[in-house]
Amino acid sequence: MTLSTTRRFWISLVLAIPLLIQMVLMPLHWMMPGYEWIALVMTTLIMIIGAWPYWTSAWAAFLHHNANMNTLVAEGTVITYFYSLFAMLTHRPVYFESAAFITVFVLMGDMMEERMHDNASNALKKLLDLQVKSALVKRDSQFVSVPLDEMQVGDVVKVKPGQKVPVDGQVITGETTVDESMITGESMPVHKVAGDHVVGSTINGHGTITFKATKVGADTMLAQIVETVKKAQTSHAPIQNLTDRISGIFVPAVLIIAIITFIVWYSLLGTTMAHAMLFAVSVIVIACPCALGLATPTALMVGTGRAAKMGVLIKNGEALEEVNAVKTVIFDKTGTITVGKPVVTDVVGHDQGQVLQVAASLEASSEHPLAGAILNKATEEQVELVKVSDFKAVEGKGVQAQLDGQPAFVGNEKMAAGKQLAPQLVTKLAELQDAAKTVVVVGLAGEVIGLIAIQDAPKPSSAQAIAALHDRGLKTVMITGDNDRVAQTIAQQVGIDQVVANVLPNEKAQRVEELQQDGPVAFVGDGINDAPALTTADVGIAMGSGTDIAIESGDIVLVQNDLRGVVWALAMSQKTFSRIKLNLFWALIYNVIGIPIAAGIFAGVGFILTPEFAALAMAFSSVSVVSSSLLLNRTQIEV
Amino acid sequence: MGSILAIIVGVVLIGLIIWWFFGRHQESAGHAQQANNEQTATVVVKGGYSPSTVVLKKGVPAKVNFDMQDHTACLSHVVFSSLGVNKDLTKQKITTVDIPTDKAGEIDFACGMDMFHGKVVVK
Repeated sequence: MTLSTTRRFWISLVLAIPLLIQMVLMPLHWMMPGYEWIALVMTTLIMIIGAWPYWTSAWAAFLHHNANMNTLVAEGTVITYFYSLFAMLTHRPVYFESAAFITVFVLMGDMMEERMHDNASNALKKLLDLQVKSALVKRDSQFVSVPLDEMQVGDVVKVKPGQKVPVDGQVITGETTVDESMITGESMPVHKVAGDHVVGSTINGHGTITFKATKVGADTMLAQIVETVKKAQTSHAPIQNLTDRISGIFVPAVLIIAIITFIVWYSLLGTTMAHAMLFAVSVIVIACPCALGLATPTALMVGTGRAAKMGVLIKNGEALEEVNAVKTVIFDKTGTITVGKPVVTDVVGHDQGQVLQVAASLEASSEHPLAGAILNKATEEQVELVKVSDFKAVEGKGVQAQLDGQPAFVGNEKMAAGKQLAPQLVTKLAELQDAAKTVVVVGLAGEVIGLIAIQDAPKPSSAQAIAALHDRGLKTVMITGDNDRVAQTIAQQVGIDQVVANVLPNEKAQRVEELQQDGPVAFVGDGINDAPALTTADVGIAMGSGTDIAIESGDIVLVQNDLRGVVWALAMSQKTFSRIKLNLFWALIYNVIGIPIAAGIFAGVGFILTPEFAALAMAFSSVSVVSSSLLLNRTQIEV
Repeated sequence: MGSILAIIVGVVLIGLIIWWFFGRHQESAGHAQQANNEQTATVVVKGGYSPSTVVLKKGVPAKVNFDMQDHTACLSHVVFSSLGVNKDLTKQKITTVDIPTDKAGEIDFACGMDMFHGKVVVK
């Protein structure tokens, strides 16, 4: 017979109505005519419909040397039911209602918990629902509707006003604004023109665009987010090790306590066997290992789901737990605190055209972020590039090559070590660096011919985010490969506490390790060279705009390229973790207090818990843990 | 007389509980059935997982079928935390979980409340 828990509950409840009436009218000294027989029939039906699944499951578990919630429910109902049968035959008082109500309440608890469990995992479903079913794809020079799973990378897709962008891609033609809030949490629509990237499932504004699909199927941003959230929701938090240890011995321990309760009441205090039995049964049914077991997973599920909606992907429970111990937040500078797109602001030298030409020609082969800025400037100024040979990148310093048979270099001061700088260049260099600009020195034929100043301004929200971190009592540190002065100026602009400058890319992880001496740290970064630091830090937070390897190495990924995400990540992790602790605390306290009361410790002052009330308390304890977790959906998160 | 008897029975029961639940008990592992370059193992869900350990062969695509025979909330979900799988077993009788077998190792699974445990061993 396969009835759902809900059906079983309602049927059992209806069958229990006569017993309920008798229970309510009992204090009025009214006895239902033939009550014992009615109770026998109703309870027997309830046992068959409601309690039987618990009995079989408990028996199967018992054969596995396992004991659980079902064991307790089964024992409670079996003892009261069969004792009542025996009592009826021998004309003693019966306790059918205990067996009946234990079953009804346990079923109610299961039913409510099942519903709320579904609610808790809803966040994921909502994310998946964002996806559209089909897209307008160009096939044979015509746009036709194609199901999403038949799309391929390289497909040209048209998006009309108000439609959803089906997959990830790069705009080819058209101009529009796109609402990306469902993916990034950013509420302002984002302007898109040719060359810009669009993300699947975001909503197109008033323009029409065509774009080339770059990621489809499981590779799209949405699919990746869903996958990450899925893993996070099922992951373990280390705090669960405690409950794992407890749950292994919990049920057998409760059974032993119940036996001791019976012996104390019956053998030592000399009550009747029936009374001693009721106390023992109360102990069995009030104990609730479920509340303990549910405390962590449900909070984790709701917390990570809520965070995902804000554009913060917490990869696992471990990260969530570790965030709470973090004392210092370390930031990479470029692309994290700053926009990450540096631009050339000054070109200094006798022949500015030559300075730019040499620099741009060398940087054409470089992958350094500053190279892009120089090349952009060269394109802007229509400077012609010269072919270079023997190109060599000197890590942490710059690049060098042969240009027209002469040695040339572009790099930082370390690169120019040993070369003489003209006095006016030295003054200018200091001046530019004081203005927080990165200055590259350009050299040709063994001489320094000029300087190029490049600046990468902080993101507008960086200062706000760092202030919010200070409010949370955290220390902020910036690590950068730039020189001290540049670093200090940026740090002052955004309010960073400590600066570690002149750090070579491969030293970042080492610096993070040094900072770990003072306590757990979080590292926020985005580049390939940040990956070791992200892994070394207790918590690695990767900017979503960053490279795949950085995202892979991070414990937390910020979908939006905004440092306020760090604050949200910390806030949400803390809220979730304190909720887990609160849940565990109440679940433990409930059992620690509930079991002695059920055992009749306050019987002397006339306060006892009958088995049916013990069952009611049990049902509510697990339901209250799940509702406490669901409350995480409503907590306030501010920046 | 009755009270002394109750104490004796109680102590014996406590002893039995300790022996039964905390003593060492061996459980056998289940092996997968192979056919057409695919392996399938079935785990019966009833008061626990039987078998609770499933052995799969490395490199052969694998499925584990969970055959739901339990009607209580305790075992309603199966969670493979390392795979990001959290499946509701009550929606259909048999629920299939695909197991990656490219790497040797152990993959743990548990019920939604982490009270019942099982594992898949790939080797």
